[in-house]
Amino acid sequence: MCTVCGCSTPNRPRSSEAPDTYVAVDRATGDLHYGTGAAGVSVVGLGATRTIAIEADVLGANRRFAEHNRAHFAAHGVRAFNLLSSPGSGKTTLLCATIHALRQRAPTLPVSVIEGDQQTSVDADRIRATGAPAIQVNTGRGCHLDARMVGDAFARLALHGHTHAGDHAHPHADATDALLFIENVGNLVCPALWDLGEAAKVVVLSVTEGEDKPLKYPDMFAAATLMVLNKIDLLPHVAFDVERCIANARRINPAVEVLRVSATRGDGMDAWLAWLLPRSDVRPSAQPLPVVDPAATEAALRDRIAMLEAALAAAGVEVP
Amino acid sequence: MHEIGLAGDIVRMVQDAAARDRFSRVAQLRLEAGALAGVEPDALRFALDALVPGTVLDGAEITIDEPPGTAWCGQCAATVEIGSRAEACPDCGGYPLRPTGGTELRVLDLVVVDD
Repeated sequence: MCTVCGCSTPNRPRSSEAPDTYVAVDRATGDLHYGTGAAGVSVVGLGATRTIAIEADVLGANRRFAEHNRAHFAAHGVRAFNLLSSPGSGKTTLLCATIHALRQRAPTLPVSVIEGDQQTSVDADRIRATGAPAIQVNTGRGCHLDARMVGDAFARLALHGHTHAGDHAHPHADATDALLFIENVGNLVCPALWDLGEAAKVVVLSVTEGEDKPLKYPDMFAAATLMVLNKIDLLPHVAFDVERCIANARRINPAVEVLRVSATRGDGMDAWLAWLLPRSDVRPSAQPLPVVDPAATEAALRDRIAMLEAALAAAGVEVP
Repeated sequence: MHEIGLAGDIVRMVQDAAARDRFSRVAQLRLEAGALAGVEPDALRFALDALVPGTVLDGAEITIDEPPGTAWCGQCAATVEIGSRAEACPDCGGYPLRPTGGTELRVLDLVVVDD
């Protein structure tokens, strides 16, 4: 049973610990700090010979929390996006610009943010300055957000209560009453493994970083549904080959979608908002890559064509 | 460095098994870290060494099986072996490949001691 709004959440995995025993809570803001224990990271439940078969996925416990989050978000009409990148790609600037733009485009749509960083509430403060609610999650020495942290933080957001207050029916599985952005710890390695219950993982890559990043960090780009190429206003000043970057990303993940954005100048923001707002063909990031079949949507076919063209281009074949 | 958290999850899984199956000491723990699982076996071993003192895993021999990554190459219409998601097909040099195996980190089994 959810303790905030009383909604039924029977599937949340049982933890043997009460939250106040494993996380420090800022009473004023609701920010969560997971790194205050002796180890500096959060570890769930650390507390004649025969062979015992276990045969269990180590990430299984996180996956159960993530599936609970996914069901919980759906019950509240919340679409959640997990934003991932290296530090300094402009995730927080993109989110601030997105919140301002959504206020014009969809003024009644509630938007909230969960901010993940090892330390400080600087990013949550930047989000709160836009007027949007935010919960900062400090991971201590932890290098990523996990699904339990996101569930704990979501329970503290007003967004959680918002769509549940009245008799609010959700006739369509893809109905969206609110957006939740989860800004992960800046890190292109570790967060790729942890499903948070999001609708999609969005990897943000800025043009100041180099077009080889998808090949250097393939696990992250394999897990993403969308790659946002940020800071494109700086393209005249840096040696960054956009087409090569996209080909590198599609070599790892043929179906990855790509948007070119400048969060500071506004380029590409309309396409980014259109991508975020409700639509029926969004693929949950936990699903395997789509397989093209006769019933495939036009979008999937376009992805397939782009992938094949990239493969041909990489093989040195001219496409007329 | 996410291996620290994963090592903690492994210790917890073994502690849960100890509570369920009533044993006090583990002689052997066998793990599987596939080549495409996103886990560095050496870092995982280092993290486990740091975490196991005082737990049922204290003194246990820990082995980590490292199955190769496998992927489907559409051009060869065959399953091939790869070391990372960034690699091209070792036979035809083409890509993309679709990973099919070696993607998991799992606890396989335990040899436990009933004291």
